[in-house]
Amino acid sequence: MSQQLINAITEMQEEEAVALAQQMLDEGASPSAVLDACKQAMDVIGQRFEKGECFIPELILAGEMLSQVAKIVKPHIQQEAAEKKLGKVVVGTVAGDIHDIAKDIVVFMLDINGFEVTDLGVDVPVAKFVEAVKATGAKIVGLSGFLTLAYDPMKETTAAVKALDPEVKVMVGGGQIDEQIREYTGADAYGKDAMAAVAIAKGWA
Amino acid sequence: MANTLPDNWNKLTPEQKLDWRLAAWSSPEGKPLNTPQAVANFTAATRRYIDVLKLREPDRVPRTLILGDYVAHYAGSNPGEFFYDYPKAIAATIKFCKDFDIEYGAGGNFMPGKLFDRLGYRLYRWPGGALAPTQGFQFVEGEYMTADEYDALIADPESFAMRVFTPRVMGALGGLGMVPSFFGTVELPFVPFMLAGFSAPPTHEAFKALLEANQIVLEWFGANAQLGAVTMGEMGLPGTMGGFSKAPFDYLGDSLRGTRGIMMDMYRRPAKVLAAVERLVPMAIQMGVGAANGSGTPFAMLPLHKGADGFMSNADFKKFYWPTLKATIEGIAQEGVVPMMFVEGGYNQRLDIIAESGLPKAATMWIFDQTDMAQAKAKFGSWACIGGNVPASLFKAGTPEQIGDYVKKLVDVCAPGGGFFLSPGAVLDQAKAENVHAYLKTAKDLGVYR
Ligand code: B12
Repeated sequence: MSQQLINAITEMQEEEAVALAQQMLDEGASPSAVLDACKQAMDVIGQRFEKGECFIPELILAGEMLSQVAKIVKPHIQQEAAEKKLGKVVVGTVAGDIHDIAKDIVVFMLDINGFEVTDLGVDVPVAKFVEAVKATGAKIVGLSGFLTLAYDPMKETTAAVKALDPEVKVMVGGGQIDEQIREYTGADAYGKDAMAAVAIAKGWA
Repeated sequence: MANTLPDNWNKLTPEQKLDWRLAAWSSPEGKPLNTPQAVANFTAATRRYIDVLKLREPDRVPRTLILGDYVAHYAGSNPGEFFYDYPKAIAATIKFCKDFDIEYGAGGNFMPGKLFDRLGYRLYRWPGGALAPTQGFQFVEGEYMTADEYDALIADPESFAMRVFTPRVMGALGGLGMVPSFFGTVELPFVPFMLAGFSAPPTHEAFKALLEANQIVLEWFGANAQLGAVTMGEMGLPGTMGGFSKAPFDYLGDSLRGTRGIMMDMYRRPAKVLAAVERLVPMAIQMGVGAANGSGTPFAMLPLHKGADGFMSNADFKKFYWPTLKATIEGIAQEGVVPMMFVEGGYNQRLDIIAESGLPKAATMWIFDQTDMAQAKAKFGSWACIGGNVPASLFKAGTPEQIGDYVKKLVDVCAPGGGFFLSPGAVLDQAKAENVHAYLKTAKDLGVYR
């Protein structure tokens, strides 16, 4: 049945996916078996996204299915099996910018690929990034921005988190960001899409 | 500068309507052009623009800008002053226009801040209001229409906008939700009852707010006229943006349902989404045509958002996005107004779909952002004029040489045969002045036809 669940998710059959997850649990499957199936489905979706075969609606819907399944699985979990995370990442859209669609996708992809992500939201002031790095001890920071007015806040944020901890690596991305802007901001890497964010973070973890 | 349409308007073909509007727009007659320089620039710039629209070779490539907060920043003002201090905003805009060798009117987020205060506008935050004066205005994304309201929207979009959506996004207009139906006007005995429906205090408040808000707009028009006295009167810089509209899918997806909402709706209730976008087409057409009528500038800009590459598959683009955008483009063009699509993001996957859809020839304009311009030229060149694509990152972080090279390449690829105008790919908020100068100068030097 876990293959059926994987198919339901990758075929975007929302109701069926949730029903199948419930059925698996009812029939005695372990919560981790259900979550494993979800993870496999997300891998497929991630690959399709990378190849340009699936798009924002599919990612959003997949995220929604995942959280619905997580909700029904939760009561069945006796003790949280501490899943080993690849590393901590702090992500946010920088000050002055409220574009969150891409940032959400980056967070989602990092999350399902095994990172512990702190999502600071949008229009995030420099100080908030610094606080979050301090609080979490994260060594990776992802800055998203879609406006040219995000260039300077990106530069300031990069400088500030590196001043706090020179070991912190910063990656930047977003519609009007490119290699030239990476250089301008002093960040360590530029990522063209969410899968690039994952690859960069994996390289640093 | 509104024009009264001729009596035989409804008998004219779309092409005749367009030519009538273009003639009115480009005629120096009746325009406050007060210097010989103003007349000369106005005449040359409007002719150049019409030439590229009509896919003819102009004297040289028209050079346009899409200006946001850069005007304020350049002139030592800030976005907050552009919302609240009209004299400063006017002075700053004039400085910008005089310092750069531009040929079309250039406004940069000059807005009546008091208007949004008075209306209690919640859909945006703006500089000098909830935001610091140095920041740009920001959209506040939300689900301003819930999923179970599709039927109400589809039944009567205008009523939904007035009675449901507006009260949600404008605090001072909450009372519009209680405004009764105007069908009360059909019978004498109904009328008093209809009017009784206006008794609620919030409704009074809403109408008061509307009147005061209108006063604020008229004042702001006055300020714009002062600016126009210089940019048009002395410099002869014609305006190129008469009005705005959007793709029906974006009206629904940006502002009513929000990104998350609309993307889930595509799976959860596709039939409702399709019915809704269909219903929004007449309004989307009217938005573009109406504003162009009022301004006398027959160009309506349509910023395109959620149909870009990556936002959906080509199959979904053909199903959810394109048919009603196409109908909107055609409807606006039918009335002789030029739909000018601001194609944000990349449209590399969409070019064929659009090019093969049989849009009217020499009647639309396309400003691309990150689309491959050689492809755009190859696929659109025979039927529509194109421009755009100079990256925002180059304006801000590039050198004059780099941006000059970029412009040169664009001109080489896109200018042959005409039908090309120079434009940035994105709204200009941040830039180095020397880069803007290099952008303008390179195209002036190299974009010459004869
Ligand atoms: C949707 C949109 C909006 C929506 C935003 C909704 C929301 N909740 O986010 C709305 C309509 C509200 C909006 C508003 C505005 N917008 Co806007 N918007 C866009 C648009 C069309 C798409 C952006 C987007 O979400 N793309 C979807 C993502 C998923 O695509 P993507 O880039 O492929 O994403 C990948 C990468 O960027 C990467 N990535 C992203 N972040 C990160 C981070 C890291 C670390 C890494 C490694 C990778 C990475 O991974 C992503 C996933 O694969 C763009 C144009 C465009 N197409 O780029 C304009 C655009 C960004 N907007 C622009 C403007 C000007 C505005 C406004 C100021 C509009 C105005 N003048 O009225 C306002 C105010 C916004 C503000 N203060 O923030 C301009 C910016 C230009 C400039 N000079 O700054 C753009 C570029 C349009 C243009 N061509 O002019 N906008």
